[in-house]
Amino acid sequence: MSAVAGVVSVVLPQSLKTNPKLTSWVRFNTDSTVTVYSGKVELGQGIVTAIAQIAAEELDVSLAQLAIVPGDTRVSPDEWYTAGSQSIEVGGLSMRLACAEVRLMFVEAAAKRFEVNAAELRVRDGVIDMPGTDLKTSYWDLAADVNLAVEATGRAAPKPAAQYSIVGKNAARRDITAKVTGAAYVQDMELPGMVYGRIMRPPAQGAQLLSLDQAKIRALPGVVAVFVSGSFVGIAAEREEQVLKALDAARLAAKWSAAPKLPEPGEITSVLPALPSTRTITSTKQAAEKKAIVTRHAATYSRPYIAHASIGPACALAEFKEGKLSIWSHTQGPHHLRGQIAKVMGLTNAEVEVIHRDGAGCYGHNSADDVALDAALLARACGRPVLLQWTREDELVWSPCGSAMVVKVSAGVDADKRIVEWKHEIWSHTHIKRPGWAEGINLLAAWHMDPPVPVPPAKDMPLPAGGADRNAVPLYDIPNHEVAYNFIADMPIRVSALRTLGAYANIFAIESFLDELAAQLGVDPVAFRLQHQADPRARAVIEAAAKAAGWKPGTLTKTRDGTETKGMGMGFGRYKNFSAYCAVVAEVEVTEKIRVKRVVAAVDAGLIINPDGLKNQIEGGVVQAISWTLKEALQWDSERITSRDWENYPILKFDEVPEVEVVLLNQPDMPGLGTGECAAGPTAAAIGNALWHALGVRARDLPLTPERVANAMP
Amino acid sequence: MSQSFILKVNGQTHTVSAEPNTPLLYILRNDLKLKGTRFGCGEGQCGACTVLIDGKAVQSCDTPLWSAPGHDITTIEGLGTAEAPGRLQQAFIDEQAVQCGYCINGIIMSAEALLIANPKPNDEQIIEALDRNLCRCGTHVRVLRAIKRVAGAAS
Repeated sequence: MSAVAGVVSVVLPQSLKTNPKLTSWVRFNTDSTVTVYSGKVELGQGIVTAIAQIAAEELDVSLAQLAIVPGDTRVSPDEWYTAGSQSIEVGGLSMRLACAEVRLMFVEAAAKRFEVNAAELRVRDGVIDMPGTDLKTSYWDLAADVNLAVEATGRAAPKPAAQYSIVGKNAARRDITAKVTGAAYVQDMELPGMVYGRIMRPPAQGAQLLSLDQAKIRALPGVVAVFVSGSFVGIAAEREEQVLKALDAARLAAKWSAAPKLPEPGEITSVLPALPSTRTITSTKQAAEKKAIVTRHAATYSRPYIAHASIGPACALAEFKEGKLSIWSHTQGPHHLRGQIAKVMGLTNAEVEVIHRDGAGCYGHNSADDVALDAALLARACGRPVLLQWTREDELVWSPCGSAMVVKVSAGVDADKRIVEWKHEIWSHTHIKRPGWAEGINLLAAWHMDPPVPVPPAKDMPLPAGGADRNAVPLYDIPNHEVAYNFIADMPIRVSALRTLGAYANIFAIESFLDELAAQLGVDPVAFRLQHQADPRARAVIEAAAKAAGWKPGTLTKTRDGTETKGMGMGFGRYKNFSAYCAVVAEVEVTEKIRVKRVVAAVDAGLIINPDGLKNQIEGGVVQAISWTLKEALQWDSERITSRDWENYPILKFDEVPEVEVVLLNQPDMPGLGTGECAAGPTAAAIGNALWHALGVRARDLPLTPERVANAMP
Repeated sequence: MSQSFILKVNGQTHTVSAEPNTPLLYILRNDLKLKGTRFGCGEGQCGACTVLIDGKAVQSCDTPLWSAPGHDITTIEGLGTAEAPGRLQQAFIDEQAVQCGYCINGIIMSAEALLIANPKPNDEQIIEALDRNLCRCGTHVRVLRAIKRVAGAAS
């Protein structure tokens, strides 16, 4: 650390390394406001508000003086994707350091102008003054003196948490009022001369278009373009209902080849291990001293393919004008999307701009990028701006879904009831296939066009973050472990990143298995976790959740008389094993089905930026995980995916939602961590463990439907 | 064949021209520019497009245009504006009862219909009124809190 107060040297986070110019982050406007630029985008998680809080705090301006422009390739920094719960960890930290450095540069300029020591100056609402004197200036007065077109050095010390007045307090989300009163989403945009587009997708993955009477479709009322390239068919019409009618007519007129068969539907535990795979050991630990094992146990768990199933199907607006393509999109990665679309369409990056606009809920790599290319192709073909929204069926059938998994866990326990050996074996596909991830083009239309762009080979994300093996390494004090990953390269169903990647199934397996061991050993499940857990932050969330839920040690090992229908269970995880800690206790009542009555979640996400925003994320994570855990599985037959509407892909309804209580453990001196994903795995395990507590039944294949529970009965 | 229809929406009279079986949703969004009513499924299964017709919650995506004349139609824009939000809109802002928010306006319209019929509903009645609305982000807990806030304030 440097000797000068407020000046330090730090390692720059990735976003700041990639976009080092301070003007990429902060610009002062002439009307006494400041605009900050972020590559992280609003997905319904409240990130834009949180990043604005961080920027306002470090700059010492009020939230009202600060505007934020997220995800616009024309002006915003390239920050990879808004994904992996890294927007606070990387994007927030980058903004914090950039703003701290900008503030320091202005304070130094003011000190020079006043010929005083910089340490004697303060900044309030953008006004820089020296207490006890009439020396006073502002960011805006000094703007001509300070050149922000320089690279960040990381030399400015960010404000200590004790001095925070904006970070750590609730701030109302910036986008809510517009959303609940009118137009707010990309779906709601209009441009002069705009037409409405839809895509006719093949009846099943891999079917080829054999013939389509295009003239017949073009003759329908309002149709302005039918664009066919290979098996990609886009239709545009003056009015939205006209394009839908043309789509219906095209479906009747089109002839397709037969599609390759899908694997026979069945239990995931039979389907996946039957597919060709390559086995790799992805993590191993061996202690020098071997303890004698007196108890062994093994169990196999599974999760199905899960759909993103956003309420609003994907949408984009595209305009191709004078050789320049503009796309308004709810993508998670505007810069990556720009590069991929430019490649597919034979344009340079400079000829394409991608501007983020909010869309419906995003839980990972969904159809947002695909629809952007669809709209761009159609806009170029018809020479008019095109607003293109997928149908509900497109959304369920053609969005990538979260990969199914089989997880086999086995362990050995010594005479002191301590786990001394742990094996975790996975069968799954890649959990990431985003545009811009690995080689090639990951956009649906590009694969269907003539000539088709080849579907790139699958490549999963390696540990420590991990893909299918995310959170597969047990985060407990166990001297020997081995994680094996049977990677299935060819996917019968399109898959990519869905909230938590493999962590949902791995934590479900690990935390269910811990309870199975605890039951065999006659140890209380919370006590059993704490016996194997030295990390004080992990212990703290486990203890906080147990306390808030009213956990009574020992009651989980009672003898059942068959009349009990209520149960309580716990699940714990630290997301990716290096991010937010979360422990969940679920209370269930099991009659004809599992009803989750109450959930308590305790979370340590380091420094909290916006407590209410964090609670909202955890509540949402818990409720969505209940939906996954009790109800959701993508269905298919040998021909095609059969989950094509909400009746065939049911999600949680209002009468199935429990009370949710969130306990926040603030750590103001620890880095702030993302929380969008930490609750899912622990919630699933807590429900499974509560089912066991209620009925003495262990159901290991997700979702825990009434049929699965009945089948697990002795 | 396109035909003219006279609609009364949010207290104002409009003349629109479209095919009689056009879903009301597209008329509201594209002809009348009332974008707060959202497309979700087109099959009346998710509730994102819910509006009020004569005070009752109706899915506008499977309501044909020909059936709408002669009725009072209310959309989210009829409940309030960004500057002066309606009681339910204000409650949703106060409770921050939004994640992505795409489903929320349909939920607000279902809740409005409930409160018209029953100004002081109990918890079960609120949940029953939302039986045709789906939320994917898991905002349910806050949604219920926001509606209860208005229901509890009713005199």
